[in-house]
Amino acid sequence: MDYEPVIGLEVHVQVKTASKMFCGCTTEFGGSPNSHTCPVCLGFPGVLPVLNKKALFSAVRTALAVGCKISAEVKFHRKNYFYPDLPKGYQISQYDEPLSEDGKVDIDAGGRVKTIRVKRVHMEEDAGKLIHEEGENSSLVDFNRCGMPLLEIVSEPDINSPEEAYRYLTKLKLLLKYLDVSDCDMEKGSLRCDANISIRKKGDTGLGTKAEVKNMNSFKGVKSALEYEIERQVKCAETGERIVMETRLWDPDRCVTISMRSKEEAHDYRYFPEPDLVPFALDPSVVESERKSLPELPEAKKARFIGSLGLPEYDAEVLTQEKANADYFEACLKYYDKPKVIANWLMGDISAYMNSKNMAIEELKMGPAALCGLLKEIDSGKISGKMAKDIVLRMCETGKDASAIISESGLSQISDASQLEKFADEAIAENVKTVEDFMKGKDSALMFLVGQVMKKTKGKANPAMVNEVLRKRLAAKK
Amino acid sequence: MDNLYSLTANELLALLDKRSVKPEDIIESVCSRAQSVDGKVKGYLGIDKEGALGHAKALPASGKLRGIPVAIKDNICVEGELTTCASKILSGFRPPYNATVVEKLKSEGAVVLGRANMDEFAFGSSCENSAYFPTLNPWDTSRIPGGSSGGSAAVVAADEAVMALGSDTGGSIRQPAALCGVVGMKPTYGRVSRYGLIAFASSLDQIGPLTKDVCDSALLLGAIAGYDENDSTSVNIPVPDYLSCLTGDVKGMKIGIPKEYFVDGMDKEVDAAVKEAVALLKGKGAQVSEVSLPHTEYAVAVYYILATAEASSNLARFDGVQFGRRCEDPQNILDMYERTRGEGFGAEAKRRIILGTYVLSSGYYDAYYLKAQKVRALIKDDFDKVFKAGLDCILTPTSPTPAFKVGERSSDPLSMYLSDIFTISVNLAGVPAISVPCGFTKSGLPIGMQLIGDFFQEGKILRAAHAYECHTDWHKRSPKL
Repeated sequence: MDYEPVIGLEVHVQVKTASKMFCGCTTEFGGSPNSHTCPVCLGFPGVLPVLNKKALFSAVRTALAVGCKISAEVKFHRKNYFYPDLPKGYQISQYDEPLSEDGKVDIDAGGRVKTIRVKRVHMEEDAGKLIHEEGENSSLVDFNRCGMPLLEIVSEPDINSPEEAYRYLTKLKLLLKYLDVSDCDMEKGSLRCDANISIRKKGDTGLGTKAEVKNMNSFKGVKSALEYEIERQVKCAETGERIVMETRLWDPDRCVTISMRSKEEAHDYRYFPEPDLVPFALDPSVVESERKSLPELPEAKKARFIGSLGLPEYDAEVLTQEKANADYFEACLKYYDKPKVIANWLMGDISAYMNSKNMAIEELKMGPAALCGLLKEIDSGKISGKMAKDIVLRMCETGKDASAIISESGLSQISDASQLEKFADEAIAENVKTVEDFMKGKDSALMFLVGQVMKKTKGKANPAMVNEVLRKRLAAKK
Repeated sequence: MDNLYSLTANELLALLDKRSVKPEDIIESVCSRAQSVDGKVKGYLGIDKEGALGHAKALPASGKLRGIPVAIKDNICVEGELTTCASKILSGFRPPYNATVVEKLKSEGAVVLGRANMDEFAFGSSCENSAYFPTLNPWDTSRIPGGSSGGSAAVVAADEAVMALGSDTGGSIRQPAALCGVVGMKPTYGRVSRYGLIAFASSLDQIGPLTKDVCDSALLLGAIAGYDENDSTSVNIPVPDYLSCLTGDVKGMKIGIPKEYFVDGMDKEVDAAVKEAVALLKGKGAQVSEVSLPHTEYAVAVYYILATAEASSNLARFDGVQFGRRCEDPQNILDMYERTRGEGFGAEAKRRIILGTYVLSSGYYDAYYLKAQKVRALIKDDFDKVFKAGLDCILTPTSPTPAFKVGERSSDPLSMYLSDIFTISVNLAGVPAISVPCGFTKSGLPIGMQLIGDFFQEGKILRAAHAYECHTDWHKRSPKL
């Protein structure tokens, strides 16, 4: 029997804002425990929340970028439950009237475009963090994270494989980084993902009993957890064991999911409208101006790179995978007008260098202007492409200009004909046999002589010129 | 002068202006009055005479309330001072910040004198639900002072404070004001910042003044009202000069008498006193007519659903994790929650938390909470309609009965809840209302009447109340203690 998994993802992303969602505390990561707190985010008696407009605008941008319809009214609800990391005993969230609904994210599913529908994007506040010290009889709470603005992005159950889930997350992360809404760093917890998963017989359209899988802390973890969970559920189905609706935790060390609680004992969150935040109409002109200020999103950028810059699809895809890379590439275009040459360098030597150092393009010491300076030196014939490969590494290491490196190390290409003639004559004198071969019409013998000249100049000679000079000198011998 | 404590804030400010008294003299006088009578009234949970004298020496150069001592209900946060909501669960709690109203009072030169007793978390109408001790009615100490701001009303009535702040969720300022013979005002929802008021029901709570007369009410309201960026529910419209609204006449004012508020079972003396007040106002040129607020009968039911729902959520933070009391030696997290809350909350608080949790529970939400919200909108419409028709204020009794005996209703929550039938609709609608003394029973218990205004029309109800006061002297009587 063939089974098909049905997966929906709930993604929580921490929104990049200077201050928390309902108070003025900083959102900086780290800081000693409870140093980024105030009476409001600590939920002290008598305090009231005041919405951070920046968080709202980021939410609107995100919702627009995934094509959601924005609600006319912004309304918050209280989600009530007891937990020590939740100081008010409720989380301010959105419920039956979320900020936005009905969007989509297109992913590449094995060569074809597949649309994953986005059910909703809504705002809520983050909770604090419990710290359980080994061997201690008590736990500690750090409220630095408490009250940070979060976006919850909920997909429809349109995902049918762990690979698709991985691609959906990657695409979402790409979008959010383009929007500059979030760092999306799963390890730092700025992106978290829960998965709802069930299986059904291939061809069926109904939904099976789902399990909710939590505690995945990397994109690969999501993939592995889903793979495990599908296998587990299929095994259940095949052995006739009942699949129960439950929450399961992914254990990344043992690579298994473990049952946490069944939905029968699930919380009743007693949602009701948050009376401390009066619902307000979202000014359509604000939404419109957010829409207009949306940056060019990856798909559009890729299409433009192909269409108007003439890049191959592969190059356009690679360059748009990180907004910073695309930005770097586009900055180069201001100084140098051969897009494909820039792309080759970025995807080749520079990318290899960054990988070896495990660094992002933002950390690269060589700026776009400097890189283009190097490319122009190649075009002018001052250096060879081979020399440029060494120079670019030194530029990356030192942050110096190409011209500075060339002059300080005497790397400049020998393009002076009289100098080259001297080396050519030496090579001709030293290789009588080869010269004879050439004279007999063996054209490839010339390449050997070119190589000899290059050797003598330690690679600094302009190969085209060497070729020309050798032919001239040999012709004179005839 | 040895009777400074008996004067109103406006009278004291005049004396301070003439420099015939110093702020310290007022504090000394009021404190010694409190020392001699609070043993009987028990209106204060704590008085800080030394702190008050210290503040009086470092007052701002000017201010509307410069040198006036004010009692603060124990659910309004004062930085570094005990603020317990008269609950054991907050015993020892000292807020790290001032409520906005406290900041405003301080910047106007008022001196915080002490913490007024209340029903625990403002749950009650008699002050008997204080976890510490009940406050007693200064006019008859075998009776309750009303609640939940019973301490605030009692200390003003007994001249133990010049003025006081209370909070009103369903009548908690107006009902004790009526029962203690003082003036109590619940402003329009959004007129006064709630930042720093420990929430009972966030969509209904409002801080307001309890004072010896209407002029003081106008004065204190003017000092605390206004938009606050820390309270998203406060409204950003200018605060008028309320004192200048007090013209002394009611000529041409349109006053409506809602027929639904003169019900069977209402105390005869209350009924008579209020009708006499209506006649007086009519005689002074007010245009009085009967009006209808048809959804009044549902107000108590709606209120006890919505208020308890919000309370159940607002009180979730008292879990023993951060502030207030934690049970001894908890075995695990659940044990800590259960015992901290089980031991820390009184019976009425538990009753309301359970009720509120129930009405929000899945499967019951639509039948209770949602239905109640819909009826709340109808109740608000009732008020909108009569005010749109040109009414300036609505006049009703404040409480169906004068102060009842201590213990008389404490075993019967339903009869206790009915103490607020005339005040609750006002909170549900969000409109302002004031209670002013309008007579006494034969046995000498104060009776209050309520004037209700349209949104942000505090000026109008203050004007009508003041005009009434100009022609009566109920507010000038003092209890013998």
